[in-house]
This record gives sequence, C-alpha cells and structure tokens, in this order.
Amino acid sequence: MEMETLLKYEWGVMMPEFIILGVATILSLIDLFMPKDRNRRPLALFALTGVVVALVSLLSLLSVDVTSILGDTFRLDSFAKAFKVLLFLGGALVLLLSLHYEPQEGLLYRGEFYYLFLTALLGAMMMASSGDLITLFVGLELLSISSYILVGLRKKYALANESALKYVISGGIATAITLFGMSYIFGFTGTTNIKEIAQYLNETVDLGHQYVLALAFFLTLIGLSFKLAAAPFHMWAPDVYQGAPTPVTAFLSVVSKTAGFVIVLRLLVSVFAQIPAEGSNSPSMLLSLQDYIAFLAAVTMILGNTIALKQRNVKRMLAYSSIAHAGYVLVAFATLSMFMFDAVWFYLLAYLLMNFGAFAILQVVSAQSQSEDIQVFAGLYKRSPMMAVAMAIFLLSLAGIPGTAGFIGKVNIFLGAFVTEPAHYVLAAIMIATTVVSYVYYFGIFVQMFFRPVEDKRKIEWPIGIIVVVAVCAFGTILFGLFPSIAYDFLGQFDHFSDFLQ
Amino acid sequence: MNEPYFLSLLIFSPLLGILALSLIPKEQEKTIKMIGVLATLPSLLLALFAFVKHLNGYDLSQLTERREWIHFGKFSFLNETNFTIGYELHIDGLALVMILLTTLLATFAALASTSITKEWKGYFMLFLLLEIGMLGVFAASNLVLFFIFFEITLIPMFFLIGKWGYFEKEKAAYSYLVYNGLGSAILLIVIAVLLARTGTSNVAEIHRIFTDPVAQMQMVSPISEQLRYGLFIALLIAFGVKLPIVPLHRWMLRVHVQAPPAVVMLHSGVLLKIGAFGLIRFALGLFPGQFQQLSTLIVILGVVNLLYGAFLAFVQNDFKMVLAYSSVSHMGIVLIGLGSLNEAGVQGAIFQAVSHGFISAFLFFLVGVLYERVQTTSLDRLGGLAKVMPLTAGFFLAGAMASLGLPGTSGFISEFMAFLGLFKVNPVIAAVGTLGIIMTAVYLLRAVLNMTYGPAKQNDRVSDLRGMEFIPAISLFALIVLIGIYPNVLAAPLQTTIETIMNGLGG
Repeated sequence: MEMETLLKYEWGVMMPEFIILGVATILSLIDLFMPKDRNRRPLALFALTGVVVALVSLLSLLSVDVTSILGDTFRLDSFAKAFKVLLFLGGALVLLLSLHYEPQEGLLYRGEFYYLFLTALLGAMMMASSGDLITLFVGLELLSISSYILVGLRKKYALANESALKYVISGGIATAITLFGMSYIFGFTGTTNIKEIAQYLNETVDLGHQYVLALAFFLTLIGLSFKLAAAPFHMWAPDVYQGAPTPVTAFLSVVSKTAGFVIVLRLLVSVFAQIPAEGSNSPSMLLSLQDYIAFLAAVTMILGNTIALKQRNVKRMLAYSSIAHAGYVLVAFATLSMFMFDAVWFYLLAYLLMNFGAFAILQVVSAQSQSEDIQVFAGLYKRSPMMAVAMAIFLLSLAGIPGTAGFIGKVNIFLGAFVTEPAHYVLAAIMIATTVVSYVYYFGIFVQMFFRPVEDKRKIEWPIGIIVVVAVCAFGTILFGLFPSIAYDFLGQFDHFSDFLQ
Repeated sequence: MNEPYFLSLLIFSPLLGILALSLIPKEQEKTIKMIGVLATLPSLLLALFAFVKHLNGYDLSQLTERREWIHFGKFSFLNETNFTIGYELHIDGLALVMILLTTLLATFAALASTSITKEWKGYFMLFLLLEIGMLGVFAASNLVLFFIFFEITLIPMFFLIGKWGYFEKEKAAYSYLVYNGLGSAILLIVIAVLLARTGTSNVAEIHRIFTDPVAQMQMVSPISEQLRYGLFIALLIAFGVKLPIVPLHRWMLRVHVQAPPAVVMLHSGVLLKIGAFGLIRFALGLFPGQFQQLSTLIVILGVVNLLYGAFLAFVQNDFKMVLAYSSVSHMGIVLIGLGSLNEAGVQGAIFQAVSHGFISAFLFFLVGVLYERVQTTSLDRLGGLAKVMPLTAGFFLAGAMASLGLPGTSGFISEFMAFLGLFKVNPVIAAVGTLGIIMTAVYLLRAVLNMTYGPAKQNDRVSDLRGMEFIPAISLFALIVLIGIYPNVLAAPLQTTIETIMNGLGG
C-alpha cells in the first residue's frame, strides 16, 4: 500500500482504539522499568483515565457518518459506536474493581493485571468495528489471549491454574470451530470482506449449497457460543469464574460476553441475513435458521437457571446466572424482530450494571471472609445496611423485578418475541418460567442478607473504588429501570442501526 | 375542576413515612410505630375525601393523570404513539371502593402492628411500600404500570412474611414467592403480547381497539380468536393464583398461618382482592366474549372453591387454618357472582370482595390480639374465652356471624346477591352451592364456640381488649354492619362500573 493512500484515511475514527493501545503500551513500559518494590496501584488509575478519555473521544465521534478505512476492514457505524460505549463502561468499572483487588497471597503481577485488561478491551473494540473476517478474528484472539493470562494471574493459587488451563483448552477448541466455520464462508466467496461476502452470497448463491452454508453458520455460532458462555459451550464458565480473580470474573461475565454478542450480530446477521433461503417460506437464510438459535437460547436458559439452584458458592451461582442471561439475550437475537438490536443493547447495558454491582460487593465480602460460600452474606444487612440494600437492588434487577433496568430489558425482549408473526410463545414461556426459577436462588442471597444472624462480626472496610462502582451501578440500575427513555433516546439517534449493512 | 396530582399524591403519600422512618434511629420503638400509623393517614383521608365527593356526584374522570414515560423504539413506519407506555392513572367507582378498602385496612393493620416485637423500622418501611403497591394496582390504567405496582406488592410481602412471621416463615415466604412469581410471569406474558400486538398498553385504548372494527386495522400485528382465548385463560390463571382458585391455593394457606396477623389483615383483606379486581377489570373488561363462553366453567370453579374450602375448614384444628380455608371458600362466591354474568351476580361478587376484606381483616385483627395474650391459636388449647376475655370473645362471635352471612351484616347482602345472580342462570349449580353456605355456618360456629365456651384451657390472667385496640375492632365491626344495613353506600359508587361491564357484555 502506498504511503499516500495510507495517509488519506480518516484515522480520526480510530481515535478511541489508538488511545487504548497507547495507554496499554505506556503501561507495559512503565511496568517494565519501575522498580519491583514500588506500589503499582496508581497504574490502574492511569489505565482508568485512558478508558475515560477514549470514551470521551468516542462520544465526540457519535455524529460522524458511517466511515470505513483500511480497505473496509475497520468501520465506524452506529452499531460499533453503540456497543463500544458499553465496552468502555465495562472497562472502566473493571479497572475500578481491580484497583483494590488483593488476593490472600498477594498479587505478583499487578502491572500486567492492569494493562492486560486494556488489551482485552482493545480486542473487543476491534470486533465491534471490524468489517472483515481477518480483523474480526484478530480482535477475538486479542481478547481471548489477554483473558487467558488474566484468569491464570494468581500463579500460586491452585484453582486459578485449573481454571486457566480449562479456559485455554476449551477456548482453543472453540476458536478452531469458529475458524472452521469461517473457512467455509471464505471458500465459497473467495473474500474475507464481510460486505463483499454478503453481496456475493446474495447474488450468486446456488441453492444446492444451502446445507454447506448452514454448516458454516452452525460451526461459527457454536464456536462463538464460547464467548457468550451459552450452550453448547458453557461448561467452562463455572470453573473459570470460580478460579479467576473476581475483577477478571466480572470482566469475563460482562465485557467478554458483550464482545461475544457483538461478533455474533456483526458476523451472522450481516452475512446470513442476505442469503435467500431455500423454498419461499422465509425471506432469508437467517430467518429459516432462527428456530435453531431459539433452541440454543432455550437450552441455555434452562441449564443456567436450574443448575444455579444447587450452587452454594456465590461465584459459581453468578456464573450459572450469567449463562442464563446469555440465554435471555439470545432470545432477543433468535426472534429477529425489529426490536432486536435495541433489546440486545439495552439488556446488555442493564446486565453490565447489575452484574458489576453484584461482583463488586461479592469481591469485598468474600475477601473479608476468605470464602465464597453463600453464608458470607449472612447478616450483611446488620453489618453494612447500605451495601445490603445495593446488593438487593442488583439481585432484584437480575431477577427482572419492575423498577429496575433488568425488568425493562426483559419487557423489550418479550416485545420482540411477540411482535413477529408467528410469535415466539414457546420461547417466551421458557424464558419467563426460567426467570421464576431464578427467583429462588437470587432470593436465597436475600434470605442470607436480611434474615440470617451475623456470622462474622468484623466490620467490613469498603474501599473507595468499590463504593464508586456500587454507587454507579445501583444508580444506573434504578435510573434505567424508572426512566428507560434516557437510554432509548440515546439509541434513537442511531435510527435502529439502519446503516448496519451499508 | 381538574386535579392532576391527586391520585399520585394518594398513592405515594406513604413514601413520606418511609423517608421519615429512614431518618429515625432504629431503637426508638414508640416513635417508629407512631410514624408508621400516621403515614397511613394521608392516603386514608384523601381516599375518604374522594369517596365522599363522589357520593355527592363528583365525576372521577377528572382525576385522570397522564404523562409520557417510556417509548420503545421509534419506528418510522409506525404511528408516533406505538409502543409508548404512559404513566397513566385513572379510577372509577370500583377502583375507588377498593382504594378506600385498602387505606382503611392499612391504617387498622398499622395499629395492629404494634404487637411486632423486633426491627420495627424495617417492618414499617416495607409495610408502607406494600401499601403503595396496593394503591397503585387499583389506580393504574396502564397495563405495564399495573404490573409494576403488582410486583411492588410481591417483594415487601416476601420480607414481611419471611422475617416477621412464625415458625415456618421462610417456607411460607418462598411458597408465596414462587406461586405469585409464576402468576405474575403469566400476567407479564399477557401484557407483553397485548403491548406488542396492539402497540399500546393503555387499558381503555386496548378496549377500544378490541371493540371498534376500524381500530382493529390499526394493530401492529393481528390478534386471532384463538389467541384471545389463550390470553383470557392466561389471565384466569394469573389472577387465579392471587384469588386463589382451588388447585392454586396452597401458598395462601401457608401465608395465612405463618405471616404476622397484621400482615395477614392486608393480605387477606386486600391482596386476595387484587385477584378479583384483575378478573373484573381485565378478564371481564377486555375479553367479555371469552368470559361469556367460559362462564359455566368459572361458576363451577367457584362452587368447587366454596365447597372445598368449607369442608376443609371444618376439619382444621388451628383457628388460623379455619380462617384460611374460609377465605378460599368465600372467594368462591366471588367467582360464582362473576360467572353468572348478570347485574346481581357481578354486584354480589364485588360486594363479597369488599365485605370479605373487612370481615377477614376484623377476624385476623382479633387473632392477633388473642395470640399476643395466649400464644396459641390451636382449637385444642383454647376454650372458655367468654369468661376470660368477654369482649374479644364477643367480637369473635360477631365476626363469625358476619362471615357466615347473618342478615344485617355485609356478608349476608353479598352472598345473597351472588346467589341471586346464579339462580337466574343456573339453578342446579346454585342449589349445590348453597350447601357451601350451610357448611360455612357449621365450621365457623364449631370453631368459635369451641374457643369461647367450655372450660377455660388457658391462663385466665390475660387482659381483654384495651386502649388503642378498640379503634380497629369497633370501626371494622361498624363498617361491616353499615354495609349490611345500608348497602347503598357501596352500590351507589359501583353503579356506573357495573353498567359499563354489562354494556360490554352486550346488554
């Protein structure tokens, strides 16, 4: 490529990525040259500043029209903008959590801990913006590899080693499957550019190839379900969540999952929505395959919610709960209604707030008692009433009780499920039934917090970073629960992501 | 005269109490209890004010409130108003009566709550939150808003049962949560379907779309005849859990026995009536055709409730269980009245809902008084109360008389009207149903006479009713008699509501 064309690109649209990349590089250099005994906590604040600056630069790009640079491999459309906002929010909250993270044996690699979050975030951002299979895959791998290291960062803790190994192996398998699926798409079309793929398949598809394309679809979806922690690739989640440092767990359950949905929507919708289906029943191949997505969503919700019932370890319980929530978002995807993008985005926002809040409180409470058993919450209302109330808000939102963001998110998903013709009654019924099942385990924590006597009488110290996270999340959960129009007005400017396929 | 904030003020005034309580240190028992009682008064006064004005011909539609709230996705190819959810409040005579019932019982229950022995602050905060939820349910004219208030009652009740209840309180709380969670879940599906298909969740608007053939064309997606049946049956189940209709009643027995009596006053007095209210407002109001088709089924369900509750109440050994099954039995009469689908029947059903609200609150108030003194409600361990606590025993007897439908009490007029309605349409079933009325007399007299006469089995040093306890006891009894001898006090405000329902049924 010539220097001249390279310079002509509007590099400005990649500003947020450059900021994160720059901060991550500087952090790694500082970490390298900093004396070993120096306190590395301020690095987290530096990283946090980077994320905030990147968020501001992204907000300043909101009004920019669809731009694609680097031969259409990087595109900034409304989809990218909207989901990157979520990723940045998640990134900032994760850094606040990790600021105070202190495992019992001490954290040897604090510098890495902070900048690996940034590289992982960068990977997720690339996925949100990529218009090409190659960049999509590179982003995916950047996110995955950073998270593998993060999970295993507590080198002297047996569970962490176990979970890191499990994560790498199942992650490797999942990546291989995804790549296998993508290879079919590439083989058919001879290009890696998503737009060209879609055009090619739309114009020249031979209906006889439908089955091979369906195979490609399923392989990709199954491989990507690893990132979503959805069936059939959900088995890693409980073990990995349990062994990983709590901020990493929060990151995996929120940011990494959001990135997973980003890539699923980006890839599957743009490629397969354009292919005409065999027969004339449904206008596109994606629609003809929606029953299978619905099936995966149903299995995910049922598995997540029923197994969570039996967990005593709160981290594992939240792991199964996060599987269940992946199922709810998959419902929004499976219905393929006009509400799909809005519902997915809003639900992920609500999920980000409530899940981060819950993990923040869990992190402090479990560190205090050196245990993650549900009993550590016993009598929390007596020990720290405000935190118990905040936790109650998060759990109510996770359970989808009105007045919280989780409820609005669920209503929006239902709207999508019922507005289409034919409506998805069975899927919605499964979703609501499993939601009621989830009441039982979420309220189990309530019972501990409010009904049980205090087990551990020591006063809990709440670090400032955690307080900020809890306050932001609780405020957001209530705000978007009572006045969801704020979020919908923000989404309104994107006009339902109509530039998604342009 | 338009009052754009009246209803909001009425619903949310207990919030003031919650705020005040949050500022008070939790050891100050007296102050907390006082604020708890006082905080229920503003809504009571407002409700009374509206009720009296309405009796003098004030048009309630002037109280309607409407504000923009949520807008799901603005699509260029749809109407501007599609998928908007407003903060919409509206009351008619029925809602006003239910609101008055709620505010009255809330004040009495708050007075009865003085027997709560621990963590008064949390108790009263949840109690007032529960009141907000109950008031909102009756005033909401938007399905989504209705659902939100409906769920607001769920959470405080869970805590009130689970924390301040008796021995098996947590089991009862979970049972309550799962049953009602399932009921609300089904209700949410119905609401989401209606919202998705019609594009609105305003009750009046949906009603217009359903009845007006021109408006049906404006729906976002069509609603077929089968879907209507599906929605109607879903509503029947959702509110059937609350009411409760017989196979769905197990949770409510546990709640009656395990929850503190003051909470049961509200639970039995108001929360069960939300089931009746929902059936009238939504099942009958939005799907009159389906209701007509299935009315025999509803009547049969009602008779089953009536007889099942009556026979099981007869064999119970715990007075609270007797009252619990008696509630099941009495809610059967509501179903019978609704199912007969004529003016007398529907009026009887509403009367029964209100009357049972007062009677069961009255009886449970007395149960609370009794338990506080003798620590038991088991019929085997009670006896001779008439000698030890003559006033309490007298009130018990009066409550039982009202409950079994003695003429001159509210119980009589409601049962009479409901059966009058049913005899007009289905004399055979009605004849079977009257058996239940006889059984009511049998089990109530058995239980109450067992307690009041015979040799004294408990400590005879207990005190009778005293001080503040007279206020709820006498007022509730007075209300029961007032409705009994001057039913017009209820019939007048309900007039237009019942006429509207009858018009919906096609005259």
